[in-house]
Amino acid sequence: MPLATPHSKIKERFPDAILEVTEFAGELILHVKGQHNLAVLTRLKADGYNFLADLTAIDNLTLGGYERFAVVYHLLCHKTAERLTVKAYVPEEEPSLPSVESLWKTADWQEREVFDLYGIKFEGHPNLIRIMNPDDYEGYPLRKDYPRLGRKERSDFPVIKRSFKKEKRTE
Amino acid sequence: MTRVTEKPLETDKMVLNFGPQHPSTHGTLRIIMELDGETVTKATPEIGYLHSGFEKLGEDLDFNQYITITDRMNYLSPLCNNVAYALAAEKLMGIEVSKRTEYIRVLMCELSRIADHLLNVGMLSVDLGAMTAFLYGFRMREDIYDLFEMATGTRLTTSYTLVGGLMRDIPEGYDAAVLKVLEEVEAGSNDIETLLNKNRIWHDRTKKIGIISKEDAISYGISGPMARASGIEWDIRVNEPYSSYEEFDFDVAIALNGDVFDRYLVRMEEVRQSIKICRQALEKMPAGDVIVDPGLGYSLPPKDEVYNSIEGLIYHFEVTMPNRGMTPPVGEAYVPTESPNGELGFYIVSDGKRTPYRVRTRPPSFMNYSIFSKLIEGHMLSDAPAIIGSINVIAGELDR
Repeated sequence: MPLATPHSKIKERFPDAILEVTEFAGELILHVKGQHNLAVLTRLKADGYNFLADLTAIDNLTLGGYERFAVVYHLLCHKTAERLTVKAYVPEEEPSLPSVESLWKTADWQEREVFDLYGIKFEGHPNLIRIMNPDDYEGYPLRKDYPRLGRKERSDFPVIKRSFKKEKRTE
Repeated sequence: MTRVTEKPLETDKMVLNFGPQHPSTHGTLRIIMELDGETVTKATPEIGYLHSGFEKLGEDLDFNQYITITDRMNYLSPLCNNVAYALAAEKLMGIEVSKRTEYIRVLMCELSRIADHLLNVGMLSVDLGAMTAFLYGFRMREDIYDLFEMATGTRLTTSYTLVGGLMRDIPEGYDAAVLKVLEEVEAGSNDIETLLNKNRIWHDRTKKIGIISKEDAISYGISGPMARASGIEWDIRVNEPYSSYEEFDFDVAIALNGDVFDRYLVRMEEVRQSIKICRQALEKMPAGDVIVDPGLGYSLPPKDEVYNSIEGLIYHFEVTMPNRGMTPPVGEAYVPTESPNGELGFYIVSDGKRTPYRVRTRPPSFMNYSIFSKLIEGHMLSDAPAIIGSINVIAGELDR
């Protein structure tokens, strides 16, 4: 059963939202402007992509792309078993885009995870707080400019210094 | 004179901290519950206690090294994770594996599914006070772990797959050993069902507890046995077959009520179907090789050659040196697989270097657990272990 929106016509449907449509290894990828994600996803959901399989992000610092961050939505249509990837690009200066929590409840936790690890804000999210790291954590660990060894944590641990001297036992 | 008070007694709501170290949380989950008497009015799950930055670590390990990390995600069925990751990397690089490799992968995945489901049912029952079912399940799981040890050398950190093949072939006489265990599992799962299916206490504790509707299951991104217990006919093994699953004949277990009892029934039926698949895999096991194509330059040569010949040594360095080794194309691949908990997907983005640019795990536990606060609302506190047990939250996969 074909979907309501044939893949070839998808770009015509959203002329000002879609930057590019690419394909790799049999996967179709829509590259979308960040602020248009909600409109595009609402339409795709109505077209039959009823299941948000995964929501994540990529830091394009050295990879290159339209903007610094890309929020990636993996959609699935249960009827036709088709999958579609939507990438919404977000600029570095103001990393924020509309939340899709109103479409899929699963986006609640997944957007919190992206916010926690990338620092991308989701407008209209009901409870945008960190999920993996503690609330007072500084920095966004999955950004490419965040060092792998951690910043400050290890060096800030209180170290107990041994003040006594090791003396030889005289027995 | 009337002794009955006009107003009902005013009680304060109590806030209870459930976990992170509670026996029924199976790992480190923390739930902050607001109680009215014994009824839970609000529950806020707090996760991240086992967050270990696997995804960040993956950006610094090459494709084969990361397989050892996938063992630690769902530690109840590590082989499924190994296979899922290998499939994603193979899709990215466009590698085709031999038929025998695919069949052995199916066999191993199904054995892990049996072990995972038996453990899950066992833990659910021990949390609700049914000790015998737990012991039956654990004994059979032990036998399956012995099979893993025979094939992979270890019980938990299996790391059995390689990108493009397997670490080693299954040993001789493996068929007989598997068939013997499968027979025991078949008898044992019948025993568990005899104990529980018509047990009045079991019904009281599991029926109409934590009901997930079909719409909610889709909205919350729930997959696997939990979704199938809510009537969603979706099994990735059937609908989007990978690793030759289309050549196996099995049924998909579906239930309609979506409560804890139905999730238990679906899991027990899946154990039966997995036994069927394992038998078919052994019967139809194609002959051939499971090693990675040496022409790809992705796997290490046999140690015998490395130590005794200069060509072998050169080839070894060609694979291990930091500026040599794998050369995947620039691109990305997302591969969904049906793990015992649901859709386990790996999303790999590559920039053409020997380490992936980004490795994302789509953890089924994370999505399945996000509905918990909705399920527990209005239920008694003692139903919390039943619901957590039926969700089968694996903290290693949840927090990564």
